[in-house]
Amino acid sequence: MTKGSSPVQTISSQALGNGRNGKGRVTKEIARRSFRTMLEARILEEKLAALYRSGKIVGGVFLGRGQEALSVALGVHLRRGDIYAPLIRDQAGRLAFGDTILDTLRTYLGSSLGSMRGRDGNIHRGRPSEGYHAMISHLGAMVSTVCGGLIAKRFRGETGVVGGTCIGEGGTSTGSFHEGMNMAAVEKLPIVVVVANNQFSYSTPNDRQFACDDLLTRAAGYGIRGRRAVGNDLIDCLEVLGEAVAAARAGEGPQLVVADLLRLVGHGEHDDASYIPAALKESPLGRDCLDLAAEELLNNGWVTDSELSSWRTAVEKEVEETAGKVLREPAPDPAEEDWNAFAVVGRNLSGEDEE
Amino acid sequence: MSITYLEAIRLAQQRVLAEDPRVFIYGQDIGGFGGAFKATKNLAKEFPGRVLDAPISEDAMVGMAIGAAVEGMRPIVEMQFADFSTCGLNQIVNQAATLHYRTGTPCPLVVRLPSGGTPGGGPFHSQSMEALYAHYPGLVVMTPATVEDAYTMLLEAVALDDPVIFCEHKFLYYHLKAEKLPEEALPFGKARITRPGRDATVVAYSAMVHEALAAAEDLSQDGYDIEVVDLRTVKPIDTDTILASVARTGRLLVVSEDWPWGGVAAEVITRVAAEGFGLLDAPPQRLNARETPVPYHPALWGTHRPTASSVANSLRQLLEL
Repeated sequence: MTKGSSPVQTISSQALGNGRNGKGRVTKEIARRSFRTMLEARILEEKLAALYRSGKIVGGVFLGRGQEALSVALGVHLRRGDIYAPLIRDQAGRLAFGDTILDTLRTYLGSSLGSMRGRDGNIHRGRPSEGYHAMISHLGAMVSTVCGGLIAKRFRGETGVVGGTCIGEGGTSTGSFHEGMNMAAVEKLPIVVVVANNQFSYSTPNDRQFACDDLLTRAAGYGIRGRRAVGNDLIDCLEVLGEAVAAARAGEGPQLVVADLLRLVGHGEHDDASYIPAALKESPLGRDCLDLAAEELLNNGWVTDSELSSWRTAVEKEVEETAGKVLREPAPDPAEEDWNAFAVVGRNLSGEDEE
Repeated sequence: MSITYLEAIRLAQQRVLAEDPRVFIYGQDIGGFGGAFKATKNLAKEFPGRVLDAPISEDAMVGMAIGAAVEGMRPIVEMQFADFSTCGLNQIVNQAATLHYRTGTPCPLVVRLPSGGTPGGGPFHSQSMEALYAHYPGLVVMTPATVEDAYTMLLEAVALDDPVIFCEHKFLYYHLKAEKLPEEALPFGKARITRPGRDATVVAYSAMVHEALAAAEDLSQDGYDIEVVDLRTVKPIDTDTILASVARTGRLLVVSEDWPWGGVAAEVITRVAAEGFGLLDAPPQRLNARETPVPYHPALWGTHRPTASSVANSLRQLLEL
């Protein structure tokens, strides 16, 4: 949690009177679409956890439970032609940007038909040639990678494009993050960097992670615009990210968005998160963004109980059917893998030897 | 007209900038200043907006190049010294090298490393990084030894779809000269028999090719005929040319300015021992830099690295085995 008030430019929560930072311009349509995507992410991740517990998924399973509102709010504001480099807890943002339930399951289950073909797994998936970057585990590395994509677009004269990437508060301690942020600022790139401050980097609490009062103050250090969002409030996240993405698209340079929230699961499914104090879980920070969003959409009359119920049924059906299908798909065959393809590199796109 | 190794690198960059709109160069002090060694002199003026000064952020410089390469550009990153590339190591070995394998998206970028020792360079401005990068699947590692190769191989590096670590040797920058630049080059990944011989093979690359040639000349006074093989590209490595040479001479010495542990010399000897054991008339030998950090003082440095004299000594011992 933040320890004090921020000296950087943000809209005062008190001024708005509702704890929110945005200006109240979220449409019914975008709220409904975002909520539906959050629901897909939640149900899909519950299935991933079940598959992990039953031994069907090897390696780790890393869930974004409790972070769907913030995650979806970036993904939903990006569009084709933009660049998106999600991180570990961004299933909702990924689905909003165009990733699918099918490819998520294929990557987690190691299907040879998935985008990663069993060569990489779980959250390390993407289609970089389509602007959807595949994260590496080394935190902070994707900030400068997104910068590079944006510089390429600048060279080609493409305007009105945005790059978005996400990181946790722990990742902000890396040199890579700092270098990337500084580079983005120097080049005045249209990048939106979302920091999900979920209070624990794996098990490490914030007082062992950074010493500044508020991560948002770092925006001033980089010379870029900083904004705050309420991390478990879908409408606020949509408003703030909508503003940040629009500002970047309009040429106003890098945008840092910091949001406090709480991860409602372990770091991975192997972790019971016993280090998170009960009091914090019971605080407003621990309220589930999906419940809060459902409540607000119902109150606004933007969705009905029966719609919510039918959405849930439809998503559960899709996830179950897709998982069943993917479980029957072929695993990668070591006998068919070209193990020498990368021992002797030196390909040329114009030649015949491209894979 | 006489062209230096450094000027060849500058001219290769000028040519790819002129011919390929996808190319841009990114590095510290390379814009108006023209680079610490002037490898980009006047290029920022000639190609406005395409030769960009970078902050002192090697990690982000490579990360940026990766993102641009993914979008179809052909970035060249200049590290001010090869030694500083360790600050960008993560992006090179974990992102650039793995990207195509993981995702199927090519990552065509070139990282230029001003490499190797010079008098007074000291521990942090003298290192040879080729073995470190060659260790990782997915990277091409080039180590040109001549003005002509510096030119043609840099053109080739930019044309390749894989990330290329281009190790250009600072000791060769100014004194190595050629009358003109070549129109043609050896095929990618092909080693060159720089000097044919029949009594022993010296495999070398980069600046060590010239030490090996001087040693071979020395031994010719004693009636020995030494063959010198220039690897040119350490990864991929041209094992066929090495084995064919050893088949002719029966004796092998590998010379590298890098440290011995897990190095290119170790790799060459492993391959010859495994695939050409029967060709050898004597145990294969290697001569590397001494196993200390690269020393500052020219007297220490001159003993730390292999020289024509130490190569000649090693050859004499090999010829007596």
